[in-house]
This record gives sequence, C-alpha cells and structure tokens, in this order.
Amino acid sequence: MTSLTDPPKESFRLGMLIYDTRYRSLTIQVVALIGFMIFAAWLINNTLVNLAVQGKSIGFGFLSDPAGYDINQRLLDYNSQSTHWRAAFVGLLNTLLVAFLGCITATVIGVLVGILRLSNNWLVARLMTIYVEMFRNVPVLLWIVFTMAILIETLPAPRAFRGENPEASMVLFDSVAFTNRGVYLPEALFSRGLGDMPIFPDRDSPACQPTEDGSVEDGCGVFQISLDLILILAVFGAGLYGSSVIRKRADRIQNQTGDRPTTWYLRLGVVSIPTLIVLAALGFHLGYPALKGFNFQGGTYLRNSLIALWLALSLYTAAFIAEIVRAGILAISKGQTEAASALGLRSNRIMSLVILPQALRVIIPPLISNYLNLTKNSSLAIAVGYMDITGTLGGITMNQTGRELECVLLLMLVYLAISLTISAVMNWYNESVKLVER
Amino acid sequence: MKKTVFVGALAVAGLSAGIAAADTLADVQARGKLNCGVATGVPGFAYTDANGDWQGFDVAVCRAVAAAVLSDPTAVEFVPTTGKTRFTALASGEIDMLARNTTWTFSRDVDLKFDFIGINYYDGQGFMVSKELGVSSAKELDGATVCIQTGTTTELNLADFFRINNLSYEPVPIETNAEAQQQYLAGACDVYTTDASGLAATRASFEDAANHVILPEIISKEPLGPLVRHGDNEWGDVVRWTLNALIAAEELGVTSANVAELASAAGNNPEINRLLGTEGTLGEMLGLDADWAVKALSVSGNYGEVFEKNIGETTPIGLARGLNAQWTSGGLLYSPPFR
Repeated sequence: MTSLTDPPKESFRLGMLIYDTRYRSLTIQVVALIGFMIFAAWLINNTLVNLAVQGKSIGFGFLSDPAGYDINQRLLDYNSQSTHWRAAFVGLLNTLLVAFLGCITATVIGVLVGILRLSNNWLVARLMTIYVEMFRNVPVLLWIVFTMAILIETLPAPRAFRGENPEASMVLFDSVAFTNRGVYLPEALFSRGLGDMPIFPDRDSPACQPTEDGSVEDGCGVFQISLDLILILAVFGAGLYGSSVIRKRADRIQNQTGDRPTTWYLRLGVVSIPTLIVLAALGFHLGYPALKGFNFQGGTYLRNSLIALWLALSLYTAAFIAEIVRAGILAISKGQTEAASALGLRSNRIMSLVILPQALRVIIPPLISNYLNLTKNSSLAIAVGYMDITGTLGGITMNQTGRELECVLLLMLVYLAISLTISAVMNWYNESVKLVER
Repeated sequence: MKKTVFVGALAVAGLSAGIAAADTLADVQARGKLNCGVATGVPGFAYTDANGDWQGFDVAVCRAVAAAVLSDPTAVEFVPTTGKTRFTALASGEIDMLARNTTWTFSRDVDLKFDFIGINYYDGQGFMVSKELGVSSAKELDGATVCIQTGTTTELNLADFFRINNLSYEPVPIETNAEAQQQYLAGACDVYTTDASGLAATRASFEDAANHVILPEIISKEPLGPLVRHGDNEWGDVVRWTLNALIAAEELGVTSANVAELASAAGNNPEINRLLGTEGTLGEMLGLDADWAVKALSVSGNYGEVFEKNIGETTPIGLARGLNAQWTSGGLLYSPPFR
C-alpha cells in the first residue's frame, strides 16, 4: 500500500474570516467600512427628516434672487440689486485677494525672520525669537482685532484733515492720506485710455447697448477687464522676456570666453522704455485723493479692514514660516557652508546660492500647509467687517435667506476648491525644486 | 429589504424626535428652566446689571413667561445671541423663545418658519450722527461711511434707502452693538444706523451724549416682538397671551402694586377676573395654573411699568411712549380681549 497523503485541500469555511490571519484584516476593514457608511447614511437621513419636519426643503434657487445688501469692497461691479450668486462671487474675490496678498507678505517676512533668527548677531537673533514666540502663541483672531483697534484708535478721522489748520495732513507731497477708515493712495488714470472689455456680455441687456462714445455701461457682462492694463502687462511681459534673452546670451558668452559683457543698461532699457512709451501713449497720470464731503474721494482706497486682516494674517503666518525656514536651513549640513566658504564665497552668497536652494526641498511641503492655513484663517474676516465669502455667502446671505445648510455646504466646497488649487500649484513647484536623483 | 426596514426605522426615530421636540411647554416644565434668547447687550433692552443679573425691556418678557409657566421669574437661562446666531439658535431648539428686538417680517414668519407672537415695541430705523458734521437730514448723507449691524433687516433698508434716493455710501459691517459704538465714537464711521430705540439706548451710554443727534428720518417700519418656532401652537399661545396679559393689564389698570389685592377675590370687572383667574378657566385652557397671569404681572408689573422702568422718559434712554402707548391713548398697543 503506497498511500501518499494528499496535501490538505483548500476549503473555505466562514469561520476563517475571523480566525484565519489571511482574511482577518480584510474582514475588519469591510465591517468598519459598512459601519461608517451606515453612520453617514444615518446622518444624511436624520438631516433630511428634520428638515422635512421643519417644513424646509433643500434648494439653491434662492441664489438667483436679488441680494438686497451692499458690499463696501468689490472688485467686480456689484449693487444691492445683484443676485446672491454675484454677492458670493464678490466675496470670493475678496477672500482670494487677502489670501494672495497675505501669502506673499508672509513668505517674505517669514524667510527674512527665519534667516535672521540664525544670525550671529545676538540682539537680532533674540529680537526675532521674541517676534516668533509672540505671534505664534496668541490666537490669530486676537491679532486681527488688535491690529484693527490700533488702526482705528491711532490714525486720524477724515474730519481731522478739514479746516484752515487741520490736525492731520496728507503725506508724500499731499498724495497719500492715512485715516482711521483706511489708506488713500494715488490711482493710475489714462486720459487716452482704451476703455474696458466686457467678459461674457449679454448683448440684449440694456446695460450692453453702446453709448455715444462706443463704450458700454458697467453692468454689462459678468465683469469687465481694463484693456489698458492688459496692454501694459503684455508690453511689460515682452520686455521681461527680452531681458531674459539678453541674460542668456551674456551667460553663453561668459561660458565661452570667461568675460561677462555688461548688460544691465540694455536689460533695463528693454524692460522700461517700451512700457514707458505705452504709458505715455495712453496718457498716464496720477489721480490724487482729495477730501470731499464725508470722505476722501478719488485715488485708490485700501480699507482698514483689508489692511488689518492682511497685516495680522501675514505676521501670524510669517512666524510659522520663519520656523519652517530655520528648520530647513538647519537641515543642511554644516559641511556645505564650510565647503562654500572654502571656495571663497561671501556669506550672503553662500546663503542664496548654496544653502537656500537645498533648504527649499525641506521648506516647501510644510510651507504649503501654512498657505492653506492662512487662506482658511481669512474666514475670520468678519471680526473686522471685511466682506470675504464667509461674510457674504456665509454671513448676510445665509442670515437673510435662512438657508444655513445650502450656504454652509457651498462655503465648504469653495474653501475645499481653493485649498486643493493652492496645494496643486505648490506641489507642482515642489516637484520642480526637488533634488533630481541620478 | 433589510435596508428599507432600517431606513424606515430611522425615519420613525427622526420623526418621533421631531414630535417630542414640538411639545415645548412640557419640555420647559420638565426642565424647570426657560431658555430665552436675548441680545448680547443693548442698554435698556437686554443687559446684565452690576450683580450679573439680566435686566431690560426684552428680558422682562422672558421673566414674565418663566413666572407664568414655572412660577419662578428667575428660572430663566438667558442665551445671548447676535443678529447672525439668533435664528439658528431658535430653529435648532437651543432656546425656547427669542426676545431680542427682532423685526417681524414676512420672510422670517413664512420662509424661516417662525411664529411672531405679537409686537412689544413699534420701532423704525433711524440714523445717528455727530453734531459736529452739521447734518440735519438723512438725505444729506451722500458719500458717508455708515456703520451697520450685519445680518439685520436694517442692512437691507439701508441699501434700499440710499438706492431710492440716489445717494452713495460706504457700509461698514459690524457684528455687535458694542463694536459699532467703538467704531462710531472713534470716527471710523460718520453714521450709525439701527432701530431708533437702539440708537437712543446706545447714545444714552455715551459720555458726550449731547454731541450726537438722531436724524428725523425714520426709514422703515420695525415691529419688534418675541418669536417662537413654527408648528408648536400650544407654546406659541402661552407666550402670546403672556405678552397680551402684560398689555391688557395696563389697559385694565392692573399694576404690580394692586395685582395681589385684585386677585385675592373676584371683583366687579369680569375681564380683570378672567385675566387674574378668579373667574373662568383661561389658565387651564393654556395648560397653566389659574393664576398664571398674576404670577407674570407680579414680576415687574404691566407693560407700562416695564416700559417706564427700563426705557421710559425717566431713564437715561428716555424713550417716549409714542406708537407704543395703549390704543386708548393714541398708540398702537391693543390686546385682544381675555374672554
């Protein structure tokens, strides 16, 4: 009898789902997933049932109704008869504006402070430590309110500029006024301007019927773009491109001959002369703010709310960025610095040519999350009355229409979209500065 | 199949929860406390005194309801709400009633699903400016910077007023009355606009009250009153008739001084008897004690007494009765009969 025992036959029993280590983790995951889905379904169902009990339905039709309220800072044409959609969009642009300005300022201050904190100068390094610890450890809302309070209480009211012997006066040859309502700066005006171009115009609407001089009214199209600005930017961009061509040529010559031709006057001319010619052709001049009635009229008006929010967010986030930059620099081994100085580089050249480019790889990823934080923190804007999207869509619109669920959902979607966009852009930048491995 | 049963069970659970929440009177009695939404701080209307106790014209309504329902005017949990948070607080059941100078409008009543149970102050939106500016009419405010509480009807009235009169303005949105006051006093805005009663209350708290003037234009109707959630009519009746009891008591001459005496035995006036429970079963119909109105009136007296004590002409706020006088003396206050 030769009987070889057969290898045990693979058979599947239900108990194996729990007792067999091969399947156990899968079982736990499936059960957890089902549990989570049931919980989510319960939440949604509960919401719908409770809304039905209150007699409310979910719908977004209210967004097409006239908003009925005014917004002080608007980058688009808007009035109280515009729709809630447009109010939300105006708010969105205000959010993006303060986030954009804030990210740039925070980066500049953060990098400077981060580097200075490593300075050998005892006083400078300690001062920067104090700055970082002060801003990092106090909630940003308090900084925003505090900045606003300083602006309101210390600067003069517009009425102080009035009269024979005014208590306050404008600075910089009477062109800039600092008031407790904001800063009035000169604005760029064009006496032979090209006018505006409406985007997505509705040709049938009364606002789009051309007037005698061929232009259209403000309300035409979703928004209007200044043709002057486009032209100037185009010419300026072309100048920058020309300048980079000259620089590359100088690099080539330097590589071939060892001598670098002097090009700064050429590059300056290529950038500035065409732009200046275009500005002159458009009849560029400055419009100065002047006190008329209750307020200054004319000029560009930076509201206190924007300045306070921008400043507080930048300073607060810069404290975090400074720490990130410091960590990034410390992550580069000391040998790099020593090697660079052995080559005869001066210390600021070592920082900009050797250390910072390598530190960027460490700095960028946490920097992204700080940009996201700054953008999301900008939703505290209502504390100083800055009308961002939380103030328009999530504030007045929600309050006047009573559509909390819809407004908050939209608001979450908007912030999600902004954050993901910033992440995507910064990740792309991160890819480009990453160490290329060979 | 199983899923349907599950969802059905959830729906039933949700529904029963909804119904349970709809019996606010029983909830309040079981809890032993009335959750009442008030303003975060408006002198005369709702504010905390030196001892930390809530006082004011709107607060008196909360206390009267608490006295009628729980026999204890101090059994109130005051929940301070801003213009933005008040409706969510009421709709979610965080508060049982809202007594916070809230304007009765169509959309709040119909679309937001609230029941305004009456009007305890007839108001209108006004403007306050510094005398220094030399402005005598709201029509002269072209180009002015206006401080405004965000999330209120005043925001919409303001936009309409300036649009209709073809004037430009710069709105400065503000969360609370205190912030508005700070910005206005610092000159960050030329004008502060809100209900005229609120302006008078705010001005009364200024050190230099005489240097500020309230412009003659009243640009809107602002009937202010307490409100409750839609759909719980029993609770709505309790709050409505407590307010009516305060108003009717003034008309009938029942005051905090004589209410105990009048309630001790039935008198000559059958309406007073019905109001005070010495005749008929009005209290029982509401699901309350027979002397519910006596308790409500014992707190701080009738409507007129509450008005005089908190915001009347003898107080720093100094509001005249005006539209808020009884109909018998030329005002608009008119309680339906207790019968």
